[in-house]
Amino acid sequence: MNALRRHRALTAIWGAPRGWRGTIVSVNHSDIGRRFILAAFAFFAIGGVLAMMIRAQLATPGSAFVGPDIYNQLFTMHGSIMMFLFAIPMFEGLALYLLPKMLGSRDMAFPRLSAFGWWCYLFGGSILIAALAMGVAPDGGWFMYTPLSSRAYSPGINADVWLLGITFVEISAIAAAVEITVSILKLRAPGMRLDQMPLFAWYMLITALMMIVAFPPLILGSILLEVERAFDWPFFDPARGGSPLLWQHLFWLFGHPEVYIIFLPAAGVISTVLPVMARTRILGYGWIVAALLAMAFLSFGLWVHHMFATGIPHMALGFFSAASALVAIPTAVQVFAWIGTLWNGRPELKLPMLYLLGFFLIFVIGGLTGVMLAMVPFDWQAHDTHFVVAHLHYVLVGGFVFPMMAGAYYWLPHFTGRARGGALGSAAFWLVFLGFNLTFFLMHLTGLLGMRRRVHTYSEEMGWTWLNLLSSMGSFVMAFGFALFALDVALQIFWSRRTRRNPWSAGTLEWASPIPTPAYNIASLPHVGDREPLAAQPALALKLARGEGYLAEPRHGWREAMAVESTTGAIDHIVVLPGNTRLPIVTAAMTGGFFLSLLFGFYWLAPVPLALVVVLAWRWASVLGHREDFGPLPIGHGQTAPIHREAAGAPGWWGSAFLLVADGTLLASLLFGYAFLWVVAPNWPPPARIDGGFLLGLTAAAASLAGVGLARRGLAAAEARAPIAAGRAAAGAAAAQAVCIVALLSLGVTALPAPETHAYAAAGWALLVYAALHAAIALLCTAFAGARIASGHVSGTRLLEPSVARLFSDYSGAATLIVLVCVLAPAIAP
Amino acid sequence: MLHALGTAVPALVAGGCSGPLSTLDSAGPAARDVATLWWAMLAGATLLTLLVVALLALAFLRRARQGETGAALWIGWLGLAMPGVVLLALLGSALVLGERMIARSEPGLVVVEATGHQWFWDFRQPGAEGAIATRDVLHIPAGRPVHVRIAAADVIHGFWVPRLAGKMDAIPGHVNVLRIEAAQPGVFEGQCAEFCGLDHTGHRFRVIAHDEAGWAAFQRGEGP
Ligand code: HEM
Ligand SMILES: [Cu+2]
Ligand SMILES: [Cu+2]
Repeated sequence: MNALRRHRALTAIWGAPRGWRGTIVSVNHSDIGRRFILAAFAFFAIGGVLAMMIRAQLATPGSAFVGPDIYNQLFTMHGSIMMFLFAIPMFEGLALYLLPKMLGSRDMAFPRLSAFGWWCYLFGGSILIAALAMGVAPDGGWFMYTPLSSRAYSPGINADVWLLGITFVEISAIAAAVEITVSILKLRAPGMRLDQMPLFAWYMLITALMMIVAFPPLILGSILLEVERAFDWPFFDPARGGSPLLWQHLFWLFGHPEVYIIFLPAAGVISTVLPVMARTRILGYGWIVAALLAMAFLSFGLWVHHMFATGIPHMALGFFSAASALVAIPTAVQVFAWIGTLWNGRPELKLPMLYLLGFFLIFVIGGLTGVMLAMVPFDWQAHDTHFVVAHLHYVLVGGFVFPMMAGAYYWLPHFTGRARGGALGSAAFWLVFLGFNLTFFLMHLTGLLGMRRRVHTYSEEMGWTWLNLLSSMGSFVMAFGFALFALDVALQIFWSRRTRRNPWSAGTLEWASPIPTPAYNIASLPHVGDREPLAAQPALALKLARGEGYLAEPRHGWREAMAVESTTGAIDHIVVLPGNTRLPIVTAAMTGGFFLSLLFGFYWLAPVPLALVVVLAWRWASVLGHREDFGPLPIGHGQTAPIHREAAGAPGWWGSAFLLVADGTLLASLLFGYAFLWVVAPNWPPPARIDGGFLLGLTAAAASLAGVGLARRGLAAAEARAPIAAGRAAAGAAAAQAVCIVALLSLGVTALPAPETHAYAAAGWALLVYAALHAAIALLCTAFAGARIASGHVSGTRLLEPSVARLFSDYSGAATLIVLVCVLAPAIAP
Repeated sequence: MLHALGTAVPALVAGGCSGPLSTLDSAGPAARDVATLWWAMLAGATLLTLLVVALLALAFLRRARQGETGAALWIGWLGLAMPGVVLLALLGSALVLGERMIARSEPGLVVVEATGHQWFWDFRQPGAEGAIATRDVLHIPAGRPVHVRIAAADVIHGFWVPRLAGKMDAIPGHVNVLRIEAAQPGVFEGQCAEFCGLDHTGHRFRVIAHDEAGWAAFQRGEGP
């Protein structure tokens, strides 16, 4: 097969149809990645317009441009859009687009999941923007403190829009996190050891793992608050044993790691682009990875620094203050590793480098003001003032926007296949850089002179007039710069001349593909033995195009990629990926239907879309798989490997496992909430505790354990090639889970006080519902495994479904036992 | 640009640090200590920023290449040791400072209750004949420590008198105590620091610190 015929054959397999149909069915990572990036940029523009309106309002004292009602929507939506609809989706898009190419693969591990995440993001974001257009946007600030956001003080739909819209978007963040983790751990070019991955992959791996642990507390908090608003379960109402502080803990347990989640991908861009600009290799690869791990770890111990003024004892604050300051050390390690890299090489002031210099100055200042704010006494003064606004923009714009713009100029040739021309890019840089500093440098002082954040106006006597005017002027200069940047990018996309492959002479694998990239990325997969494969083997790109790598021969119309052993990069199996399908958009639309019925209070309607989602999920899993064994298949270089359905540790299993880690974090957050209310909230002990219920509890536990045992037995029987016994065990497991659900809910009805009476009862109910929900999931999984056994998709070698069913049953069993212990304990405690 | 800022900012600071809500125009011990801490941290931050800028400039300007400078210098010394020492010193002094500011029982103490409402503040304190309640104006004696017991009636608010001390949240269901002290008699502006809804902007109050005679009169219930 010659290169052209191979290109045609692979394109037929990997491509998407043209036009609308292609838009709807494509699951290709390059398509989805590009869409994420474009949409995120559009949301950045919307958030930017809101920022301009904020600055217009604050430009002069006593301004009557907007009133407080509109102003509150402006900053709430500006903050929420920038954090949830711009920053996170932007790096998700970049990761989706780049990772498979950098890792020498052809797609992400779960292409349909990325498409599903994309549609959830688009629909959820649209709900928020629609609310903004209709004047009912959220207005409680981007951290939505209760009780201000509770029904009593925010009776309108605004807060529901935030809680439901953001949770909808978070689904896509969790999907992306699981997908990125599994793709990096499993779908790499053969031979690429973990310590040979490009640093960007390391950054994304850590980021994705952080997302898996950080987002669940926010999702839980949003669910609890929405349930409080809708059904009056008083989790946050102090009059009935709730605590507004619980919301703050849950929010910042997410919120602080969040800012590192935003920074790390951008730092990954820096670690990739900067050495190329300096024509050398990065200094201290191992140190950087260690610093990343330290940052990820520490960032979960800092959340209380957003709560220094909430009355927590000073010594406890000291601990969080120290942790907050210490996180500056791994940051410093990275910054100096980058500067050292520049010293070691021959840096050239090309456009991406210019933006990186902007990053250095702005981010270092933002980091230093961050250390200042970590000092408790200083924070008592600066907290909630424009000093904090200045600090957070130095970190977010310096630490995210500037590196991303550097990355944009660096990878644009890859996206477009075209070279950059003209000086617009550096003009844009100077406008953004100078405008930014004018806006926000002065704002530090405005804050120290006492200007609070989130105030819509001020009077002349405060002495902030000309500081604010200059800040507003600066922000318009900056906006002009961003517009110029957008223009420059558009010019490059549409009119620039074509460029050669690898224009920067970079060493990472994304530059091995032709540009713009074909749908399949590379005609054959390389064997990698170096951190910079293109530098080690300059002829690699041509060899791969000639089909001299793995998986060069298309077969069965399959989308094939290689899965490796996570640490060593040894060949593990072939992954056969799903192709174009409408399932993601339809499932996302149904999910949206569910959220919309909650938003408009049609609770009776909500089960309909939910049931449809379940049906679709069933279909989602059942359209894949085979009824026969293929055995080891040739992969090139005279080697063979089985397909993932016939191998242990397929991506689907890993994805389920990481999803359960996220789920477990959610349960842990719920348990934390239960304990927190018990210890800290006012109006405890509750008027009535759980009364009896041991028999039902024992029934639930026994049924759940039976479910676990039967799911395990089903898997063992399938492995022993006894399909009839396996099918029976699976059916039994499903039945046991049904019993468990009934027992759990009856326990609540008969023994627990009504959830509206007290936060204690509400929390107990929340735990029971959680356990019942997971029993339902385990029921569906085991039933599905049973169906697949009956249809012949499961065999002694094809064990994916029963092993995933076992995983979910095990989890459900553990969760049920923990929940029962926590719910029943107060009945025996004195 | 930076040069322009570098000259403009000190000029501005010298003339512009005062103001009715300025944390840098301190009128009490806590605010004074924080302002001192701020100036010290600003000096340190300026030095570190200049260091980074200089190292970056040198990376582009210097001609002689002495091969690979190793990880020990960049990561060991600059990345780990230098920030480690600076942070330890800073943390230690901030901790000591914070300990000095927190509310402890002490001689001459005055205790008042502050309750944040949407959108006003209610204050209560013992007077010569029973409790005295005031709205949006808090009366304290100058030169004596005052503990403000802060609560909220509806949503979260924040009690903050920038020229006297740092802020403390008013949280429904909890009571927080903040120590404030005015060195001299005078009138000090206060404001709600935590976003509390539609009129957060207007959620302001005033603290009047009395001299001894004024304080005695206030306690007898003779209005100021
Ligand atoms: C494009 C230039 C930008 C300008 C001129 C700008 C301006 C502002 C201003 C003036 C505020 C304070 C509003 C107030 O407290 O009354 C604010 C808040 C905020 N900004 Fe920006 N911003 C910009 C970009 C960004 C970016 C890129 C991000 C994040 C990636 C961001 C995140 C936030 C957040 C989280 C808040 C807090 C919102 C709240 O208090 O609820 N901003 N911005
Ligand atoms: Cu208030
Ligand atoms: Cu307020």
